[in-house]
Parts: sequence; C-alpha cells; structure tokens
Amino acid sequence: MIIETVQTGVFGFALGVTTLCLIVALFAAAWRLLRGPTLADRVVALDLVSMLLIVFLVIFKMVSGVNAYIYAGIALALISFLATVAFAHYIDRSTGDSDE
Amino acid sequence: MSDWIAAVLMLAGGFFCLVAGVGIVRMKDIYARMHAATKAGTLGLALICLAAMVEAETWGQVVEALFVFVFMIASAPVGAHLIGRAAFRTRAPEDPRTQHDTGSEDFRSHKA
Repeated sequence: MIIETVQTGVFGFALGVTTLCLIVALFAAAWRLLRGPTLADRVVALDLVSMLLIVFLVIFKMVSGVNAYIYAGIALALISFLATVAFAHYIDRSTGDSDE
Repeated sequence: MSDWIAAVLMLAGGFFCLVAGVGIVRMKDIYARMHAATKAGTLGLALICLAAMVEAETWGQVVEALFVFVFMIASAPVGAHLIGRAAFRTRAPEDPRTQHDTGSEDFRSHKA
C-alpha cells in the first residue's frame, strides 16, 4: 500500500511548520527527560513526549488518510495515562516517611 | 476554505506544542514545568484535533478525533495532579519564588 504524504498549498505549508515545531518540542522534552533533577521531572517530560506523539499520529492521520493512526493515538493516550498514574504512585511510595 | 481553517488551527496547535516544549526546558521548578507541559500541551492537542475534525471526510472520523481530545482533557489534569502531589510529598527542590498556602504542610503526610 502506498501512502500519499506529499501535500501542497497552504495546508502543506502549515503541515511543514507544525511538524518543525513538534520536533523542536520533542527535543526539548527529551532534554528534560535526560537531565531532569528529580524523577518527577522525568515523568512530566515523558508525559509531554507521549502527548506530542499523539499529536504526530493525529497529524499523520490527516496527511495520509489512513484511519488506523487515530486508533493508535487513542491507545497511546490510554497507555500514557496509566504509565503516569503508576509512576506517581511509585514516587509517592518512595518517600522515607511512609506511615502505613 | 476548510483547508485554510485546518491550516490555521494546525499552526496554532503547533505553536502551543512548541510553547510546552520551551516551558519544560526554561521553567525553574517541577510545578512550573508541569504547568507548562500540561496546559499548553493539552491546548495544542485540542487545536490539532479540531483541525482533524475540520479535515475529516465522514462523521465517524469527526467522532474519533473528538474522542482523542476528550480522553486527553479528562486524563491530563488527573495525571498532573498525581505527579504534583507525589513531588510535593517527596519534597522536590523548589524555586525560591514558589509560595506555599497556609496549612499546605499537612498535605505532605500520607494521611491528608
């Protein structure tokens, strides 16, 4: 199956600029993911990375017209929410003064 | 015409995603970074889903894009709240300008 991805006109221009913005934001989030002083910083950065990947999937669905990409986006949203909740629970339990 | 509307919405969404990326690098402590990433990122996703809805060919595709948006707007605040609470309880390093409400120290223990 060949996916037609080359767009022209005003939509193609907006597509290029938006993708460039998203790539810069992805690199910024990756920088914070690698550097972040605490684990919570890294989790916030990971959350932003997954959100940007969902945005990429929605954009690629618009460009290619293949509907399956938006299902992948829904699944990724679910998984990233569960990962955030699990990490928050883990950070919460890692305190020294747990009084259970 | 719908191409123009979708292009404008997409550019705005990309701009807000870029703001989220800049915010997560430039902000000084975890709470400010969370603020930038969650709110600006969700707005960027919302605008791009709106562009997908404008560009959609069938009503089913409109509903699918709306579903991504609704799911994200339901889950992002919950996740940010949990991470913020965990960071507060583990005493994450703070910017000197970060202010606390009175009585917020009680929230550090797990009984609150």
